Amino acid sequence: MSTQNTLMIYVAAFLAVFGQATLPGLRDWVGAQVDLLPALMVYTAMYASLVNVGLLAVLGGMWFDCLSANPLGISILPLFLTGWLIFTQRELILRDLPFAQIVLGAAASAVVPLGTVLMLLSAGKGLLLDWGSLWQWMVMVAGGAAATPVVFAVFNWFDRVFGYQVRTETSFRADREIRRSRL
Amino acid sequence: MFKQKHFLALGAVTLAALLLLSLPPRVTARLKLALGSLFLPFSSLAATAEQLPADVADNVLPRRELLQELARLQRENQELKVRALQEATMGLENEQLRYQLRWQRQVAWKIKLANVVMRDPANWWRTVEIDLGSQQGVTNNLPVLTPEGLVGRIAAVWPTHSQVVLIGDPNCRVSALIDNPAHDVGVVNAAGALDNTLADLTYLSGTAVLKPGEDVVTSGLGGIFPKGIPIGRIVDSRQVEFGLYTEARVKLAANLGTLEQVWVLFR
Repeated sequence: MSTQNTLMIYVAAFLAVFGQATLPGLRDWVGAQVDLLPALMVYTAMYASLVNVGLLAVLGGMWFDCLSANPLGISILPLFLTGWLIFTQRELILRDLPFAQIVLGAAASAVVPLGTVLMLLSAGKGLLLDWGSLWQWMVMVAGGAAATPVVFAVFNWFDRVFGYQVRTETSFRADREIRRSRL
Repeated sequence: MFKQKHFLALGAVTLAALLLLSLPPRVTARLKLALGSLFLPFSSLAATAEQLPADVADNVLPRRELLQELARLQRENQELKVRALQEATMGLENEQLRYQLRWQRQVAWKIKLANVVMRDPANWWRTVEIDLGSQQGVTNNLPVLTPEGLVGRIAAVWPTHSQVVLIGDPNCRVSALIDNPAHDVGVVNAAGALDNTLADLTYLSGTAVLKPGEDVVTSGLGGIFPKGIPIGRIVDSRQVEFGLYTEARVKLAANLGTLEQVWVLFR
């Protein structure tokens, strides 16, 4: 993955967290805000290095926590564990298939909030949880699943447009050409 | 698939996360402030962008409509002036009576207007950020309200902005008084995750008889919220713990879903 694409991931993570805090999004319609960080983590884990997966987890998690009432750093581990698991299995995943992207996005969007809530509960924090939270979780899963193919499409397009393409070598060699006469 | 460097990375990030979580609260607050300040330029940019359509709409609003609105506001202003005059006389009378009865004089509220700039991105908290901070004299636990009623209290303060924890969040409990003949007292507690228009009123006496529509106001107990700020109205009530307590649902007076401007109440 190109350097500018890697940088774009961090910019997108920053803007995603900011957008989640400032824009109403789905919150007014369905009562839950969709988290875009898991979708970005899926893309990063599929294309970038493990260092970038770690950096996105640390930076994205800290940005999220600083705008939230979460203790600083609580979102890092669930994000990284999700990315780490995908990264270690990425050779087995058909990453260009939209179905695979949707499934990965849904799984990541399900695991990250669940992990964060579990960590908050184990830290003894009182959270706003009831049966309605199940609905919010489902909205987050569906939102993450829908967002992941979009993230893949946008970043792949960005990579194609702004990145250097690998030049494929032709097998044709002029000095080995067999020249035939008409007869 | 699993290589040694993968586990090294896992260990490093886990260590970093645990280190961050174990930092003292003062250091964490400073780190949050430093990270939050990255968003400040974007926050003002977003506010400007949000204001732009309103400004454009203002420019194209017909003159006749503006004049009608002006006339209506002038009438309302006159009415309020008369009412303020009446209230001033009543206030003076109240002060004199309090003096005669040797009662403590009620201190007038000092309020400051604040804009809501952000909402909590996590679904398991109910907090907002406002654009008033310690530079404007904001401190922890100051009550926050709208003209309709109580909104919450200040939970964290930074120089230029503060975090408000709203009613219905588990970290904002309010001692409440019901405006009924028995003056029952309870605690407004966390509500459902989905509906931010309702809150639960708990720890009411088992003998409390509540009627839908009765007003709920702050009781003044607890030392954070002054007495008499409207919280909402009773929707319904039920007995819990075999009749030991009564619980009620309260329809909140302030609309927490569409907060744009709030008032911070200074002591």
